[in-house]
Amino acid sequence: MAKITLDNLAHSYLPNPGAEDDYALKQLDHVWADGEAYALLGSSGCGKSTLLNIISGLLQPSQGRILFNDEDVTHAPTTERNIAQVFQFPVVYDTMTVRDNLAFPLRNRGRDEAYVAQRVQEIARMIGMEAELDRKARGLTADAKQKISLGRGMVRKDVNALLFDEPLTVIDPHMKWELRTQLKSLHHEFGHTMIYVTHDQVEAMTFADKVMVMFEGEIVQVGTPEELFENPNHTFVGYFIGSPGMNFLPCTLVGNVARVGGTSIILDDEVAALGRKAKGALELGIRPMYLEVHGRAVNGGIPVRIKAVEDQGTFKILTLTLEGQVVRARLPEDKAVPDDMAWVRFPPERTKLFADGRLVKRAG
Amino acid sequence: MEKWENNKAWFLILPVFIIVAFSAIIPLMTVVNYSVQDIFGPGQRVFVGTEWFEEVLSDKRLHDALWRQFLFSGLVLLIEIPLGILIALMMPKRGWGVSVCLVTLALPLLIPWNVIGTIWIIFTRPDIGLLGAAINSFGVAFDHTAAPMDAWITLILMEVWHWTPLVTLLAYAGLRAIPEAYYQAAKIDGASAWATFRYIQLPKMRGVLTIAVLLRFMDSFLIYAEPFVLTGGGPGNSTTFLSIYLVKIAVGQFDLGPAAAFSLVYFLVVLLFSWLFYQALQNVGKGREG
Repeated sequence: MAKITLDNLAHSYLPNPGAEDDYALKQLDHVWADGEAYALLGSSGCGKSTLLNIISGLLQPSQGRILFNDEDVTHAPTTERNIAQVFQFPVVYDTMTVRDNLAFPLRNRGRDEAYVAQRVQEIARMIGMEAELDRKARGLTADAKQKISLGRGMVRKDVNALLFDEPLTVIDPHMKWELRTQLKSLHHEFGHTMIYVTHDQVEAMTFADKVMVMFEGEIVQVGTPEELFENPNHTFVGYFIGSPGMNFLPCTLVGNVARVGGTSIILDDEVAALGRKAKGALELGIRPMYLEVHGRAVNGGIPVRIKAVEDQGTFKILTLTLEGQVVRARLPEDKAVPDDMAWVRFPPERTKLFADGRLVKRAG
Repeated sequence: MEKWENNKAWFLILPVFIIVAFSAIIPLMTVVNYSVQDIFGPGQRVFVGTEWFEEVLSDKRLHDALWRQFLFSGLVLLIEIPLGILIALMMPKRGWGVSVCLVTLALPLLIPWNVIGTIWIIFTRPDIGLLGAAINSFGVAFDHTAAPMDAWITLILMEVWHWTPLVTLLAYAGLRAIPEAYYQAAKIDGASAWATFRYIQLPKMRGVLTIAVLLRFMDSFLIYAEPFVLTGGGPGNSTTFLSIYLVKIAVGQFDLGPAAAFSLVYFLVVLLFSWLFYQALQNVGKGREG
């Protein structure tokens, strides 16, 4: 088990990268604490898999260093790094039995057969494949094959880190939940450093203590699920986390008032003061559940037109138009929905300001 | 109301029936026809039953040719399949080298077969041939027209040179089709180069190698043009393969009845062994799948 440090790391798939856009992974400095479970969340093509492959040594970074504890492993081959990695699509050795598949990583490292047999049995129980141990891996379903891949990842106890690259994509929903729970319990039991790549926020939130959000080759925020929800550092985090995502409205600042078209929205004084100093295009952001919706004119209320109401069972989602832009609000199921017009209020303490996509932060 | 049957589909597959009839069934039935009759001329034919088959099957020279044929095909497969895989493994995976290798490999496959024979006659001539003269200059007597062993060596060399590229191309295509994730997983699992070959590359090449083995078996078992040009079946009968012997009977002696019986036996042997190879390759390493 190890602490993993990325020092000034960057990667480009081009031989001679120039502009920032040439980089699949922009400059990163980051430390993964020993024994923590992280989720790496981001949309497709944001550099998540690139980052994993650099950690496991399948890819050499264009610049920077990787350290396991304090040892520089940037140029060490994959085998020496002692990393377990599970990929998105199942990889099994077709001609081997399930048992030999699970034993393969141990046998390659010369562990004695008694130990191998014992570990294989433990892992088989964990992934629920004890009955199939002597079957060939060839004819199995995608589900079962991916369970074998997971099992091969978990069979070594002494790995420096366990990396999962969207491992549950091909698994049935009910099995997904079960396997995720098992991964979590494995983490509690052995305390491996785990990095779990996914583009599913629910998966990320349920698996990890800390969620890292990646966007266009950058880690834009690291935090607990709650931190990501309450204080998104970047418009991408606001948009990606939460369902539906955060509302964003381009605005200009006059004093402590944000102007969206002809509408004025009062902001927190301190945020507004920082916003006036910030560079770049300003955007107002608010979570749908924090937007107050009233059926009649209220003090500070902004009139909006209701375009659609979606009843999601435990809550309702309202689609509204404000100054020609779409805004979503989330209401509890028992709250009455106004007919055609509504008045919305932006509580200043819940209303965020973003400059060039980044959160305008209060001091402290 | 009576049930109305739609038989239009028959018209749609009729062209295929006609083509197959003319390309396979009718010629084959002609051969069957010859194989059970003694034909003296138009209208003069006698039904002889299995006589020709009995004659052919007890022919000592045919037995010799058959064993020669098995030896030849066996050697060809033993050399060409591993060699073809080895070359495919060594080929570059990307870049300009790929096209260079592919074109170079494909060259022998583009040359007409009788020209191949001619090339190797000249190449191995003891007096002026590049290879033949070189070997003889080392003091080793080498002449494929005189020594049966030399004739065999030349034939096998020629066959390997001519057809290994086909195995290589098939194996290379098979290797390129393996997803990168398998190699990555093998690295993560700490697999050696041998283990990677044994448990990933070889099993993933099963399909293309089945095709390679079948094609190489059938082609080498039916080989005619190259040995006919190179050795004419000699020295003596040492390189008289089945097809060469068959042509001697059919064209040389004009014994159409025995030749037809021979052809059918030949055909069945190829069919039987192709089926055996196919079954063996499909089942290798299969085990219990439940």
